[in-house]
Amino acid sequence: MTSELFLQYLFAGITYGSIYAIVAIGFNIIYNTTGIINFAQGEFVMLGGMLSISLHTFLPLPLAIAIAVIITMIIGALIEIIFIRWLESPSVLRMIIITIGISILIREAALHVWGEGVRSLPYFNGNEISSIRILSTNVSPQVLWVIGVCAVIVVLLSLFFKFTSLGQEMRACSSNRLAATLCGINTKNMVTLSFMLSAAIGALAGCVVSPITYTQYDSGTGLAIKGFTVAVLGGLGNSMAAVSAGLLLGIIEAFSIDIVPLAFQDAISISILLIILFVRPHGLFGSKEAAGLKEF
Amino acid sequence: MKRFFLSTVTILSLWALALVALPGSLQAKEIKVGAILAETGGASFLGGPEGRTIRMLVDKINADGGINGDTIKLIIKDSGANPEKAISFAKQLIEEENVLAILGPSTSGETMKIKQICEQGKTILLSCAAAEVIVDPVAQYVFKTPQKDSFAVKKIYMEMNKLGISKIAVLAGNTGFGKAGKGQLVKIAPEFGIEVVATEVYDKKATDLSAVIAKIKANKDIQAVVNWSIVPAQAIVAKNIRQAGWDVPIFQSHGFGNIKYVEAAGAAAEGIIFPCGRLLVADSLPDSNPQKTVLMQYKHDYETKFSETASTFGGHGYDAIMILTEAIKAAGSTEMEKVRSAIENLQGFVGTGGVFNFTPADHNGLDMDSFAMMTVKDGKFVLYEN
Repeated sequence: MTSELFLQYLFAGITYGSIYAIVAIGFNIIYNTTGIINFAQGEFVMLGGMLSISLHTFLPLPLAIAIAVIITMIIGALIEIIFIRWLESPSVLRMIIITIGISILIREAALHVWGEGVRSLPYFNGNEISSIRILSTNVSPQVLWVIGVCAVIVVLLSLFFKFTSLGQEMRACSSNRLAATLCGINTKNMVTLSFMLSAAIGALAGCVVSPITYTQYDSGTGLAIKGFTVAVLGGLGNSMAAVSAGLLLGIIEAFSIDIVPLAFQDAISISILLIILFVRPHGLFGSKEAAGLKEF
Repeated sequence: MKRFFLSTVTILSLWALALVALPGSLQAKEIKVGAILAETGGASFLGGPEGRTIRMLVDKINADGGINGDTIKLIIKDSGANPEKAISFAKQLIEEENVLAILGPSTSGETMKIKQICEQGKTILLSCAAAEVIVDPVAQYVFKTPQKDSFAVKKIYMEMNKLGISKIAVLAGNTGFGKAGKGQLVKIAPEFGIEVVATEVYDKKATDLSAVIAKIKANKDIQAVVNWSIVPAQAIVAKNIRQAGWDVPIFQSHGFGNIKYVEAAGAAAEGIIFPCGRLLVADSLPDSNPQKTVLMQYKHDYETKFSETASTFGGHGYDAIMILTEAIKAAGSTEMEKVRSAIENLQGFVGTGGVFNFTPADHNGLDMDSFAMMTVKDGKFVLYEN
């Protein structure tokens, strides 16, 4: 393999990886506060993309993205308030099925609003054919946007969870809900907040990846599956681990193309998911003890 | 008294007239026509325009008094390009609804799954999908309106011969259309002295293909890339090739004939060469072209009604419903066997895909001339001139 080809694969892998990671982070936030996997996470990504595309017809790009993120955030909050909040100690299975139902609901609604065609935001810099030369390879500027946004989100999230009192309250809620309640933390509000946060991150992800992957009413599902794989691979609940796992999976997928036909790309990622679930169900970077305490 | 008499006579004669006329109007039947289309899902670029076109035409036919006085009752099922759904809809339409004919499905994969079902259920199938295997081998009840994919392959290879291209890479989506096209490309290549150096298949939901483009690009022998699919990924292929700084000629299949793909690929679509029906360039056709009137009429009707650009896929829907209508008229009956044989003998029908001449051995009825080579210039389809 020439060094040029090696770098091309590496960058392709990093592109895939950052997209997966950014979706996986959304899964983790809700998992942390509620202990459930929100299967509507992919739909937040789709909503962010679709809303920003519609808003961009009459608003400048940054404003369109900002408003799309805020609207999706409100939708996230509404979903929690309407469907989840009033449940009295619901079982994990029940909550998961609720989120699957919500995802179908959002998808069908999007089909009615936006129709079946693919849409996309324009490239933030340049256009469909522009590329930046890094070392000896060509990379689309949008790829750098995805990597950059992913990095910024991770850093901001870690700071938020470590240093703000709100972040600490959310973490307390995830460690032990009962204890957090006893300390006077309103755990229900924390859950709403976590839905808002992950909806916002999903929507932002949907905006930055839209020029690369396009947005269609059902494009959330595919991304959600990959994001879920990555979240499990890294260890559920750990955003930093999700990024490492995302990059790892992306790079494995990209390099696998050199050896096996492209058609097997998805088979590889699903095989990895299965192996992880069998061998290390707490993920590559998770601790077994911590995972043992969780219900799911 | 006289007036009373007159009005009585009038009323009586009207009543008598009504009695005579009534059985006639009672006889006017409803012709049940089913359609299985991928209006949503990955192939919605096909099924969407097809569904809109067929609804529009059926409304028009019924408003104009129907076919031989009978109106059409259209039952459209949205399969979402899912072959399992297509199978159950086909059974439902044949066994429960007893339809005269099924229009669609939109995709080759679905069509192949229901080909035998329609054949055994003795129900006419007018597929809107392109793969050659749909009509080869011929099944008595199965027809298709899009041009055969082998014609598209030959058109492309003829163009390559002119350009002096002999070593190519083939990319295809993992749909029925992609698989069939890839098979034809590999099979026909030796006839034109062309060597397929690399083939890759991608998922129909693929979101980025830069890694596989890097792999193909590394092979310096490759002089052109042929991509064969109907999914949005065909726009992604073009983008990724250009982003990699690769200046290779890109050929696409007739699955590229929707302006939305061009919009999706943006600047990367410029210069893509592909074979397609003449609908896309209807405006620039000479008046002497036999298809010109039909194409302009359809384009105008569709575009004013739905305010979106007409695509060849909607055209396949147009051809399907119009061929059925013509056959019912020619047969003067709605008996399955008579209509079927009328389609088989339909000659010189001018549709959007070309001039159809069906025979018992040819259930597509189009020849290679139904394709023209096209390219993208300034975001628009234009005839390709070498």
